[in-house]
Amino acid sequence: MTIREIAERINAVVYADPDRLDEDLTGAFGSDMMSDVLAFAENRDVLLTGLLNPQIVRTAHMLDMQCIIIVRGKTATPEIKTLAAQNDIVLMETQMTMYEASGRLYEGGLGR
Amino acid sequence: MTGDALHFHYDVDGNNFTSAGEASVQVKRTLRQMGYHPDLIRRISVAMYEGEINMVIHAKGGDADVYVTPDCITVILKDVGPGIKDINLAMQEGYSTAPDNIRSLGFGAGMGLPNMKRYSDELKIDSVVGVGTTIEMKFKSA
Repeated sequence: MTIREIAERINAVVYADPDRLDEDLTGAFGSDMMSDVLAFAENRDVLLTGLLNPQIVRTAHMLDMQCIIIVRGKTATPEIKTLAAQNDIVLMETQMTMYEASGRLYEGGLGR
Repeated sequence: MTGDALHFHYDVDGNNFTSAGEASVQVKRTLRQMGYHPDLIRRISVAMYEGEINMVIHAKGGDADVYVTPDCITVILKDVGPGIKDINLAMQEGYSTAPDNIRSLGFGAGMGLPNMKRYSDELKIDSVVGVGTTIEMKFKSA
C-alpha cells in the first residue's frame, strides 16, 4: 500500500517528503511497548503507536521501518519530528484508535 | 580483544533516557558505510539498542565497544550497575525488574535480554551483584 493510500485510509496528517508519497510499504505492527516492537516487528515497514517519546523513532530506525503512525489524536513533539526527518522516517498522526487504524489498513490489504 | 580488529568505542550516558540508543545509531551508520548486509546490520543494531536501553535503565550508563574482524562483529557492553541476581530468570521473556516509570516509556517488558539472544549468534553474560555486568554479543558476518 502506498504512503498516500495509508494516509487517506486513516485520515492522517502526514509529515514526509512529497516525493515519497507513492512509495509502496509492506507490513505493519502496532504496539505502545517498544520492546515488543523490537521482538516481533522485523521486516515490517509501518509502526502504529500511541507512545510519544523519541524512542519510537529510534526503535523504528533500528528495524529499518519506514513510517510511524501516531494514533489516538496525539501530536508528535518537535523532537520526534526532527528525529524522524533526520532518519528519513515518514510520520503520520491520526485521530483514530490503534484498533480502528489497524483495522482499516488491514482491510485495505496492508500486511496480508 | 586484540589483533587486527577495528575497534569503536562509545560512552553510554545513563542520565538521559532521550539520548539512549545514540551509540547504536552510530554503529548502524558505520556498518552501513562498511557495506555490510542490511539484515546483519539490523540484527546488530537492535541487539545493541536493547543493551544500551538496559544500561540506561538499570546501570546509569556504561561503555560500549564494537570490534569488527573479517568474519565476526563483537559488541561488548560493560556497566558498573547493580548486577543481575538470577541470569536464568532475566533471560525469560516477560521477566523484568525495571521500574514502572520505564514501562510508561515503552520499555521494561522483560524482552531486552531475550531479544539480544534472539538477534545475536552468541550471547555471554558476566554479572556480579553489586559490581556490574558485562555482555558480549557475537555476530557472524561470513
